[in-house]
Amino acid sequence: MATEQLHHTALTLVDHLPILEVLVPFVAAPLIVVLGSRKLAWPIAFVASAISFVIACLLLLQVLDGSYISYHIGGWAPPLGIEYRVDAANAFVLFLVSGISTVILPYARASLEAEIPRRSTTLLYALYLLCLTGLLGVVITGDAFNVFVFLEISSLSTYVLIAQGSHRDKRALTAAYDYLVMGTIGATFFVIGIGFLYMATGTLNMADLAERIAVQSDSRTIRAAFAFIVVGVGLKVAIYPLHLWLPNAYTFAPSAITAFLAGTATKVAIYVLLRFMFSVFQPGFVAQVPTLEVIILPFALLAMFGASLTAIFQRDLKRMLAYSSIAQIGYMLLGIAFFSQAGLMATMIQLFNHGITKAALFMGVGAFVLRAGGSFYHHLNGLGKSMPWTSAAMVIAGMSLIGIPGTAGFISKWLLVQAALDAGWWPIAILIVASSLLAVIYVWRMIETLYLTESKAELQARQAPMSMLIPLWIMALACIYFGLDSDLTLSASRTAAEGLLAGSTGME
Amino acid sequence: MRHHLILRVITKLLVGTIFLFALYVQFHGDYSPGGGFQAGVIMAAGFIIYGLVFTLKRVKQVFPPWLVHKLIALGVLIYAGTGIYSLLAGYAYLDYAALAPHHPEHGQHYGILIVELGVGITVTAVMVAVYYAFASRAPILSDEDW
Repeated sequence: MATEQLHHTALTLVDHLPILEVLVPFVAAPLIVVLGSRKLAWPIAFVASAISFVIACLLLLQVLDGSYISYHIGGWAPPLGIEYRVDAANAFVLFLVSGISTVILPYARASLEAEIPRRSTTLLYALYLLCLTGLLGVVITGDAFNVFVFLEISSLSTYVLIAQGSHRDKRALTAAYDYLVMGTIGATFFVIGIGFLYMATGTLNMADLAERIAVQSDSRTIRAAFAFIVVGVGLKVAIYPLHLWLPNAYTFAPSAITAFLAGTATKVAIYVLLRFMFSVFQPGFVAQVPTLEVIILPFALLAMFGASLTAIFQRDLKRMLAYSSIAQIGYMLLGIAFFSQAGLMATMIQLFNHGITKAALFMGVGAFVLRAGGSFYHHLNGLGKSMPWTSAAMVIAGMSLIGIPGTAGFISKWLLVQAALDAGWWPIAILIVASSLLAVIYVWRMIETLYLTESKAELQARQAPMSMLIPLWIMALACIYFGLDSDLTLSASRTAAEGLLAGSTGME
Repeated sequence: MRHHLILRVITKLLVGTIFLFALYVQFHGDYSPGGGFQAGVIMAAGFIIYGLVFTLKRVKQVFPPWLVHKLIALGVLIYAGTGIYSLLAGYAYLDYAALAPHHPEHGQHYGILIVELGVGITVTAVMVAVYYAFASRAPILSDEDW
């Protein structure tokens, strides 16, 4: 057996795509630290993020037909080894996360330079990449414990990224600390839930878990696990009563970081919620427990109205948008609560469309902060004239936030209303439209401040630099593009919803 | 801490032994309890005790903070690099069989040894970095007030 020729078929680059998606940003992060060069940090981060985006596109194209790709880490077959499993649902989210990250990085360069001292920027890009790694890893993995590990990687780097806002406003430190406490409680609940699942089933692979839960779903341990996981992930999602960390974290983080987190972090958490509800616990189990009607539905409605109303009365644009995010998360939860294919499809597409819309809006805020010195409404008076391009992009993204026809936001609201009507819940459909009217009010307040007020004479804000305007406009145009040509997003979210509702794809 | 003669002498004797023990735990980890994490903590304990007794300034001369920060990242790169090697050799990521294609069992040994070395380096550096971060804050009690 000493020098026996062992049969091994070499894997090709295409086989390795699932691991490379996560590995590229993961290796780039320590590389930036080891090289320690301020000049190289940004190019490395950008190239790594761009490679991830290209890989995400390739993966999405491979799984759009409803199939899935399985990758075995270390060559150990699941359920013993860690498996990465890509299907339409997570390829779609990978596409969103890596895409937003790649557009934001060119924008971040000028924005971070203005908001962060130069000596911190090198490490900041390493952290940014680690956060990206964590988010991508959470989405791609097919192993329940691996989700927790990646969730912690992304959370820990997020806390530090938010705290970097302290160079502009010291309150970023308390915001980051609050988020650290809340996020850690959430992660603890989540890992307790996974612990219960492991206790009841003896496995951590999601597909294997699903098979065993299906056999013993009346076990109290498994029900407790479900509760712990929903609450734990709910904290990360910022489901309405668990949202308290979000407004401060988004308000005080550096602008580019807020744009990145708003477009990706809560969306990834929604994905985890979906994945656990439908692929691990299976639709049959979710139908048995009253979680959807008693918890998800009322809190989704509360978020839609409560957070929107709070948003209207904010004096800081950035904070207003943060509250609006909580309201928009309500729509995604509402789609889950319908428990139908149309509903899940609306959730998936709202997840995507809101991701690009909010990223565009927060990027615009960053440009205002850079040139006008703040994001309070009194800083923004009359900026429509002195910063026409930034303001116009904000208007487009704002319309997408409301859901005006021709923008991405319209598609998701339309699907959501349709799902409500399909389910015969027409009062809910009316509530969706009514809460959109609240969005009209807070977006109008922004437009009014930008265009219809006099600017202060002593303050002449200059146009934002091109490196910020171009990414901002790419996002704003994406809001329109995905509103007019929704083939890709619709087919991806349809396949994803079908896949999720069908339950687990099972072991091979 | 010039006046603590016993502490200084004992520490000088101990530090070398601690490092040696850390290396034993590190490289014997695949046969006996231990491995990169434990070894890293023990190794860091060596630096920390040196810092406690001979002042922070001295330990920073031995193990400067910039090096600590680089080593944190270097360990991760060694770990991930092992995986990249097996990837390039046509195996799954972190499939140690790639390190000895004709004798996969040996490959597993080499693989775990290299990966644990990466873990050990990172853990040592992180522990020392945490110590530096706390100890570098302005002291509440000066040394003469003891």
